[in-house]
Amino acid sequence: MTARPFHRSQAEMLPERAAPVTTAGVVGWLRANLFSSWANTAFTLIALYLLWLIVPAIADWAYFNADTAGDDRFACKSSGACWAWVDQRIGQFLYGFYAPDQTWRVDLAVVLLIPALAPLLFEGVPFARQLRWFSLAYPVVATFLLVGGIGLEGIPTDKFGGFMLNLTVGLAGIVLSLPIGILLALGRRSRLPIIRILCVGFIEIVRGVPLITLLFVSNIILPIFLPPDVTVDSLIRVIVMVTAFASAYMAEVIRGGLQAIPRGQYEAAQALGLRYWQSMVLIILPQALKISIPGIVNTFIGLFKDTTLVIIIGLFDILGIGNAMVSNPDWLGLATEAYVFIAFFFFIACFSMSRYSIHLEKRLDTERRD
Amino acid sequence: MADATPGTAPDAKSAATADPTQEYKRIITIEGLNKWFGTFHVLRDIDLTVERREKIVICGPSGSGKSTLIRCINRLEEHQEGTIVIDGTVLSRDLKNIDTIRREVGMVFQQFNLFPHLTVLENLTLAPVWVRKMPAGEAEEIARQYLERVKIPEQADKYPGQLSGGQQQRVAIARSLCMQPNIMLFDEPTSALDPEMIKEVLDVMVDLAESGMTMLVVTHEMGFASQVADRVIFMDQGQIVEQNTPSEFFNNPQSDRTKLFLSQILDK
Ligand SMILES: Nc1ncnc2c1ncn2[C@@H]1O[C@H](COP(=O)(O)OP(=O)(O)OP(=O)(O)O)[C@@H](O)[C@H]1O
Ligand SMILES: [Mg+2]
Repeated sequence: MTARPFHRSQAEMLPERAAPVTTAGVVGWLRANLFSSWANTAFTLIALYLLWLIVPAIADWAYFNADTAGDDRFACKSSGACWAWVDQRIGQFLYGFYAPDQTWRVDLAVVLLIPALAPLLFEGVPFARQLRWFSLAYPVVATFLLVGGIGLEGIPTDKFGGFMLNLTVGLAGIVLSLPIGILLALGRRSRLPIIRILCVGFIEIVRGVPLITLLFVSNIILPIFLPPDVTVDSLIRVIVMVTAFASAYMAEVIRGGLQAIPRGQYEAAQALGLRYWQSMVLIILPQALKISIPGIVNTFIGLFKDTTLVIIIGLFDILGIGNAMVSNPDWLGLATEAYVFIAFFFFIACFSMSRYSIHLEKRLDTERRD
Repeated sequence: MADATPGTAPDAKSAATADPTQEYKRIITIEGLNKWFGTFHVLRDIDLTVERREKIVICGPSGSGKSTLIRCINRLEEHQEGTIVIDGTVLSRDLKNIDTIRREVGMVFQQFNLFPHLTVLENLTLAPVWVRKMPAGEAEEIARQYLERVKIPEQADKYPGQLSGGQQQRVAIARSLCMQPNIMLFDEPTSALDPEMIKEVLDVMVDLAESGMTMLVVTHEMGFASQVADRVIFMDQGQIVEQNTPSEFFNNPQSDRTKLFLSQILDK
């Protein structure tokens, strides 16, 4: 114990070595993630036990013990779910009161949504350039298909119903509320007092009131103010109100994103000679929107679920149709089945949005060091 | 001295046009510049003329108004009194003049301020394409030339977040140069850098100075000042206290405040 223990020098630099292998197959993964400690093992076992309790019960109810055929609820004799109504009612659940021989138009509009959305949502889509023109034209195409006119049988919008009504209102609201929300957010930060006050006023009033109230207002109060011969289509009224509501939330989400952009970004853009709109569109918004993705998607999901409130205006979306069926004597008491069925549709739509937003966040992450 | 008559612009113009050769030589004319932040008088009666190809280093204690002064030149800050004329264009509220001046003047910031969502190449071509309306191919060619010149041609397709601080600052310099400005402003370009990266940025700046660019550089790198500056300006409390050639400035400072300041930074 004489020399200072930390005093030593290394004669040669250490050679480079390969990184240790970390993934040792399935067993290795299990051991590392599920059984790494006593506590972890205990949680894993408890979780497995709960799954063992729940999953078979659900599977029995929904599938193994379920009845699928029959003309009314009395045909369902087993202990599980009664899906006999699906065959009879699926048309209404999907299309509402849309003329049954015309529902192909709705189907076509949904199918065309794929080429319209793909070039906007994903990279590396073939013919993306040309398809973007189609994306731009899609709202017109879809409106024409759904409403009719010029060669197609006209369908009044009060025949819209079921899930296609949720989709129509939801997609229109999503497409409109993002740009309107962006403009409101920019307006709220404007240096011009009139614009700022108008935007703040709109955002605070709309956000401070429940959506139901807005829909009531559009239903009862608007006709009082409008001349008697002017009627605004209920569907348009719903879309306007849902959009206004979502835009106010969107504006605040995006304002949060704008506030997170350092002042240096504005200054660099200015110093390079970019005008206000150029620096917003090219520099600030791409970054602000990227930060805001979770909030934006959250607002979209909220908006989509709020489309069920169209019932207030006397339209029957998928939930309205379900409610009607559950109170029909033939199918009385099948609330669980009906609502599980409906929930499934909403879950698919909302979960897709959520997954997509995660994908997008990863794609736009330029901080990654590779 | 308290001649507070606003709108001295016509005077400045007539002074500038009196002798056409003078007008050509002077690229920046600042007269009677005053600026307040609220009630705080941050720039006081600044007079400064800069000749074409001149290199000026501005130094002074923190809060003395160095950044504010050079930020007034490209209108990142608005001044309340006095005139600023850049290469014959009077800096006023007129947006067209501001655009003209910003096209003429490049700026490099302490914090680089690269656009993190764009690749290096996109950072460089953005302004030429959108502000100068240059065809994309030409803008890219110029961008690659400047990347070569700041010695990082191989980083063109990376994102700023993947580069070191020194590399980022060199990209920022190249980004400004792509607009082909006649004047470059630098606001403490090396202060945010680790010591071993300072030199690579200064080398690029020396190279730029040798190419004949007009430069205003706020920095405390006194080695750089002695090597390239034609004039060193010392600011304190919003005023230009002293200005001189580097050798005179360092070896024979006149005011006490300059002496104090020099003793502080040269000690470090
Ligand atoms: N936007 C602003 N609003 C109010 N005061 C400001 C603003 N910007 C700067 N100041 C103040 O003005 C003074 C001069 O600031 P400036 O940034 O020009 O100093 P500087 O000489 O560049 O200092 P440093 O070496 O710290 O960068 C400081 O006291 C600062 O607090
Ligand atoms: Mg400063």
